[in-house]
Amino acid sequence: MASTQDIIARSATTTTSSSIRQVDEVAKLIDTTLCIGCKACQVACSEWNDLRDEVGSNVGVYDNPNDLTADSWTVMRFEEHQTTEDDLEWLIRKDGCMHCEDPGCLKACPSPGAIIKHANGIVDFNQDKCIGCGYCITGCPFDVPRISEKDKKAYKCTLCSDRVAVGLEPACVKTCPTGAIVFGTKEDMKEHANWRIADLNRRGYENAGLYDPLGVGGTHVMYVLHHADKPEMYSGLPKNPTISPFVGAWKGVTKPLAMLAMAATAMAGFFHYIRIGPNRVEDDTHTQGTSAQVQHFDPSESRDPSQGE
Amino acid sequence: MNSDKNQYLQRYNANERTNHWAVALLFILAGLSGLALFHPALFWLSNLFGGGTWTRILHPFIGVAMFILFAVLALRFVGRNRFKAHDREWLSKWRKVINNQEDDVPAVGKYNGGQKVLFWVLIISMIMLLLSGIVIWREYFSGFFAIDIIRLASLLHAFFAFVLISSIIVHVYAAIWVKGSIGAMTSGKVSQSWARKHHRLWYDEMRKKER
Repeated sequence: MASTQDIIARSATTTTSSSIRQVDEVAKLIDTTLCIGCKACQVACSEWNDLRDEVGSNVGVYDNPNDLTADSWTVMRFEEHQTTEDDLEWLIRKDGCMHCEDPGCLKACPSPGAIIKHANGIVDFNQDKCIGCGYCITGCPFDVPRISEKDKKAYKCTLCSDRVAVGLEPACVKTCPTGAIVFGTKEDMKEHANWRIADLNRRGYENAGLYDPLGVGGTHVMYVLHHADKPEMYSGLPKNPTISPFVGAWKGVTKPLAMLAMAATAMAGFFHYIRIGPNRVEDDTHTQGTSAQVQHFDPSESRDPSQGE
Repeated sequence: MNSDKNQYLQRYNANERTNHWAVALLFILAGLSGLALFHPALFWLSNLFGGGTWTRILHPFIGVAMFILFAVLALRFVGRNRFKAHDREWLSKWRKVINNQEDDVPAVGKYNGGQKVLFWVLIISMIMLLLSGIVIWREYFSGFFAIDIIRLASLLHAFFAFVLISSIIVHVYAAIWVKGSIGAMTSGKVSQSWARKHHRLWYDEMRKKER
């Protein structure tokens, strides 16, 4: 199981990382239709990861804390969706890192190895190498990473990579009382989701479906949604998340091209000097020339400079 | 007039030279620390600043200092950098200029068309770097901006840094290529013959003042 910790992608690294071992990809499946919003997962996350967020204040909704922070890596987002005049539907989504197959944070990070992707699909931050620039926030399509005010390092859900490495499920999965969060290989989780979706379809949720967005290559945290056709209903879950084209252009092919262009500019100068040579003021060169030949003064030569004028 | 060979013209005074070199040194520091974050191949440059985290902390402060001193320098030089008809003509003859065949290249003032283009490219780049830099300065300012603005600013910051660095490479090479130029920014003086050859209108103006 140790090979699940193989690092197959590494931030700010242009060569291929170790990738010969074949490892099953893992996934956490969050079934929003079974979630009761008890926040046990939030507590388990704080417990396992030894995080104690500051006690905040209630802002009039059930979300507590109100947003993800460097000390709260997962948070339940509550959305009251009015279905008819006198009925509403409570859409509760456990928010946190989606562990993208193509992670925008990893693409944006400038510090080699500060963000890594394991062979099993887990995306992890290495705070020891984090420089605190916040580019991961810029790159993330899901607004997940947070910079800690204590140490200016970026933090997010690790998918309990330390637990998964020794064959355990993430802490949130272990604690969920309704079985709304399950964990296993990505294939198994898709199968599990299919069974859940079929059940939901039978119960009248014809748009129930799996959220595993292809725009980021799929994710290693997936949702079963009653309204998979409208993921935005779940506190703004993006319908088709992708790495922003600005980030793509910023971190993509333009970087090596810009490096090449700067080197080419310097080289153009060098070869211009070699081929065409310096632009000298003639009077100055004559001045230098005569001073070198002071020993062999010839009166006839002294007329040369004046001829040029 | 014939004894002018050894006489020099004052091109930059001590304040202008100090200002120029302060900006130049800050540019080197901002450039090296910025390049460290620009491409993985250059991340090792962060060691010059005490590691990645120190590079991240220092770079924006260096950049702001560079901008302020550049702004002072630009105000000193802006009057001499307005485009005139002869600058356009000069620029159209750029092929002759770079081949050291300047016989029918028009006379120019204190700055030629190329120097003026550089001046305005630097102005635009510096302003864009400052504005985009503030947006992506995570510690103090990024929280005030929408994520897409931050993303666009990241791209623009890298782009204008590229433009600035490329322009300065050209600027430095031009100083090496055109002999007699570097003294203008070290001792402040250029030879009369240099001024007559490269900046005839400025030379005439300076001679008129002398009389």
